[in-house]
Amino acid sequence: MTVTSRLVLIAFALALGCGVAALAAAPGNPTPVKESGGIWTDKDGAPTFNIAKDGSVDWGTFVGFLRYNDACLRCHGPDGAGSSYAPDLTQALKGIDYAQFIAFVAGGIQAVNTAQQLVMPSFATDKNVMCFIQEIYAYLRARATGGLGRGRPPKHAPAPKGFDEASYKCLGIQM
Amino acid sequence: MRLRESWVAFAALGALAGAVIAAPTANAQNAMPSLQQAAANTGNWAIPALNYASTRYSTLDQINASNAGQLQVAWTFSTGVLRGHEGQPLVIGDVMYLVTPFPNTVYALDLNNNERIIWQYTPTQNPEVIPVMCCDTVNRGVAYGDGKIILHQADNTVVALDAQTGKVDWSTPLGSYKVGATGTDAPLVVGDKVFAGVSGGEFGVNGFIAALSLADGHIIWKANSEGPDSMIKFDPNTTTSLGKVVGADSSLKTWKGDQWKIGGGDTWGWYSYDPKLNLLYYGSGNPSTWNPVQRPGDNKWSMTIFARDADTGVAKWVYQMTPHDQWDYDGINEMILADLTINGQQVPVLVHFDRNGLAYVLNRATGALIAANKYDSDVNWTTGVDMDPSSPNYGRPSVVAQYAPGSRGANVNYQGICPAALGSKDEQPAAFDPQTGLFYVPTNHVCMDYEPYPVAYTAGQPYVGATLSMFPGPGGYMGRFIAFDPVTGKTVWAINDQFSDWGGALTTAGGVVFYGTLKGYLRAVDAKTGKILYNFKTPSGIIGNVMTYMHGGKQYIAVLSGVGGWAGIGLAAGLTDPHAGLGAVGGYAALKNYTALGGQLTVFALPGS
Ligand code: HEC
Repeated sequence: MTVTSRLVLIAFALALGCGVAALAAAPGNPTPVKESGGIWTDKDGAPTFNIAKDGSVDWGTFVGFLRYNDACLRCHGPDGAGSSYAPDLTQALKGIDYAQFIAFVAGGIQAVNTAQQLVMPSFATDKNVMCFIQEIYAYLRARATGGLGRGRPPKHAPAPKGFDEASYKCLGIQM
Repeated sequence: MRLRESWVAFAALGALAGAVIAAPTANAQNAMPSLQQAAANTGNWAIPALNYASTRYSTLDQINASNAGQLQVAWTFSTGVLRGHEGQPLVIGDVMYLVTPFPNTVYALDLNNNERIIWQYTPTQNPEVIPVMCCDTVNRGVAYGDGKIILHQADNTVVALDAQTGKVDWSTPLGSYKVGATGTDAPLVVGDKVFAGVSGGEFGVNGFIAALSLADGHIIWKANSEGPDSMIKFDPNTTTSLGKVVGADSSLKTWKGDQWKIGGGDTWGWYSYDPKLNLLYYGSGNPSTWNPVQRPGDNKWSMTIFARDADTGVAKWVYQMTPHDQWDYDGINEMILADLTINGQQVPVLVHFDRNGLAYVLNRATGALIAANKYDSDVNWTTGVDMDPSSPNYGRPSVVAQYAPGSRGANVNYQGICPAALGSKDEQPAAFDPQTGLFYVPTNHVCMDYEPYPVAYTAGQPYVGATLSMFPGPGGYMGRFIAFDPVTGKTVWAINDQFSDWGGALTTAGGVVFYGTLKGYLRAVDAKTGKILYNFKTPSGIIGNVMTYMHGGKQYIAVLSGVGGWAGIGLAAGLTDPHAGLGAVGGYAALKNYTALGGQLTVFALPGS
C-alpha cells in the first residue's frame, strides 16, 4: 500500500461520512484474491483476511487487530465481542459490507432516547482509525466470518517493505 | 477577600478541634446547615469520602460484628439509568442526594416520607459527550456546602443546585468536552471554595484542578499538572519534592518540545484536605499517549501526588510516583490522611494505594517519603522504590525492563506485566479504621500484555497508541479485598474474589467493614478477622462505594449497584488469557453469567423499628 492510496482512502471516507446512509448488504465471498502492501482484497476489491493453515494471519489482519484495540475496544470490548454499551461486531459484520462499514465509522451512529444512550462518534478526522480502516475491517471480517478466534493472533505474516514509513506519513508523525 | 480568608481559617480550626461551628453563616436565611455543621453530625454523610481525611470511617456502631448477619433490605430505589454507577449518595439531615451516570440526573429523596422524590434535576447535555468519556459515563458523586448541591457534569460544567428546590444557582464550564475534557469526579467543598478536576487522559487533555467560589461559581484559581511554573502554580523557590526545592521549569524540562500541552496528567480522582495545614491533596493521571516511546522524559507532573495551598493553589510539595509512565498507572486514587505511630512517634501521614501496585506513606506536612510497599506481591514491573535519601534515584521506582513497554522500542509486545493498566487498584476508594489501625483496600489482581505503537493527535479524538490484553493474575482470580498495614507492608487478611473488587470500602466503629463485588454482592466483613458476616446479592454488579447514615435512630448501609466502568468493558465477553494458548480462549467465565446492567440503590438496616 502506498502513501497516496492511504490518503485517497481517507478522502473517500470523509465524503461518505457526510450523511450518506449506505444500504445494508451482507459482505460477499471473503476469499482473498489480491494482495497489495500487506492488505488482501476479495473479488469486489473489499479488504479481507488470508489465514494460513497453521493459523498465521496476513499482515493487514494483524495490524487491524492492533488498531482495533487502540480505537474500538473501549466500547466494543475485547476482540470485537461487544460490551455493555456497544454491539458485538463479530455478529454485526456478518450483515454489513465494506461501504456501509466505512459509512458507520466515518459518520458515527447514535441511538439516544429515554431507554438508552448509545453513541458512536465520527472517526472521519481520526487518522489513527482512517489510516488503518482497511486493516480494521479485514480483522473484524476475519472475526465475523473467517473463524479467527479471540485474543491476539498467534502468528502473522511479516510487515511488507515500507509499511512503517507509509503509516508514519499517513499519521503525520515523525519518528 | 482578606476577611473571607480569615473566616475560612477560623472554620478550619474549628473543624480540627472537632467543634460544631454554631456561628451563623452566609446561608442563614434558609434553614440548611453549613458543611461544617452538616459534617459534624455523625448521622450525616456530608462529604463524598465522609470526611476531609477521606478515611471513610464512620463512628456509627449500631450495626456491629455480632448483629451484622441479621441485616435486611430496608428500601430500594431505581435510578432509571443503566450504565456504570460509581460514587456514593450524600445524606444531609432528612434528605438523601444522589447522582446517576450520564445524563447525570440528581435526585433528592425524602427519608421522612418513604423516600419520595422531593426534586430531580437532569441537565441538558449534548450526547456527543458520551463517546468522549473514556471508560463509561460514570459520575462519582455530588458534594454539599452552604445549602447547595454541587455537581460536576459529564460535559465538564460544574453546577450548584439549591439543595431544597433543585434550582440551578450557578453554572461554570471548566473547559470543552469537544477536546475530550469531561467531568466524572466528586467535587470537594472547603470553606468558601469548590474543588474540581478534569478527565481526559485518553484524549491528551492537560489536567488541572480548579477552585471555584461556592457563592457564585467564579474560578478563583486554576492549576495545571503540566506546563510553565505560572500555569502549574509552582514557586521554584519554595515548592519541594522529597525535601528539595524543584527549581524553575520543573515540568517543562521533562518533556520533548511542547508535548506537555497534550500531555494528560488528568485529575479525575479524589480530593482530601488537611484543615490544620490548609493543604489540598490529590493525584494526577497518566501522561498522554500510552506509547511511551513517543514522549521521552519524566513527563512531570503526571503521576504525581500534589499538596497545594487551598487558598492560593501554590504547590507546597509534590512527589512523582511513576516517572515516564509506561503502563497507564494513573496516580489519581484517594489520599487518606491519618495520624500513624511510626517508630514510637505520631506522624501526620498521607497514605495512597496507587494503581502501580505500591502503597505510599508520606509525611503530609513535608512530603517526605516514609514507605512504599507493594500491596500485591505479584506486582512485577518494579522491584521497589529507592528509599536511600543520598541516592541519585531517591524516591524513584526501579523498573524491570522486561515488563516496561517501550524499553525495547514501540511495536513490541511486552508480556506478562502485573498489574494491568487498570492498576492493582483503580478509583475505588479504600478506608482507614483508627480502631484496628488497618487500611481496607478493594483491589484488582489482573495482568496484561502491552504493545505500544505510534499514534497521531487530533483534538477531541482518542490519543492512545497501545494494544492491551488483560488476564487474571497468578492464582486465576481477579479481585482481592485486603486488610493492609502500609507501614510494614503486611497483609493481615484477604478475601479473593473471582472478578475485580471495584466497589469502595466503608469501615465503622461497629467493627464491621463493608464493600461490594462485581457480581453484585454487598458484603459485611469482620474488620479484625476478615470473616464474611453478611453477603447479599443486589440487582447488578457493584462499582459504587458503600456509605452509612443514621435516620430516626436507626443506622443504614447504602450502596449503588450498576455494573459498568472500566470493569464493565469485559462484561459481555469476559477476559481471555493469551498465555493459555488459543484453545483456552474464553476459558474464564464471563461476568455476564452473573449480572446484567441496572442502576439501583439498595439500603440495608437491622430488623425491628
Ligand atoms: C465511544 C464508543 C464507541 C467507539 C470508540 C466505537 N464504537 Fe462502534 N458503535 C458504538 C455504538 C454505541 C454503536 C451502536 C450504535 C447504535 O446502535 O445506534 C456502534 C456501532 C458500530 C457499528 C454498527 C454495528 C451494527 O450493529 O450495525 C460498527 C460497524 C462499528 N460500531 C464499528 C466500530 C469500529 C470499527 C470502531 C473503531 C474504529 C468503533 N466502532 C468504535 C460505540 C462505539
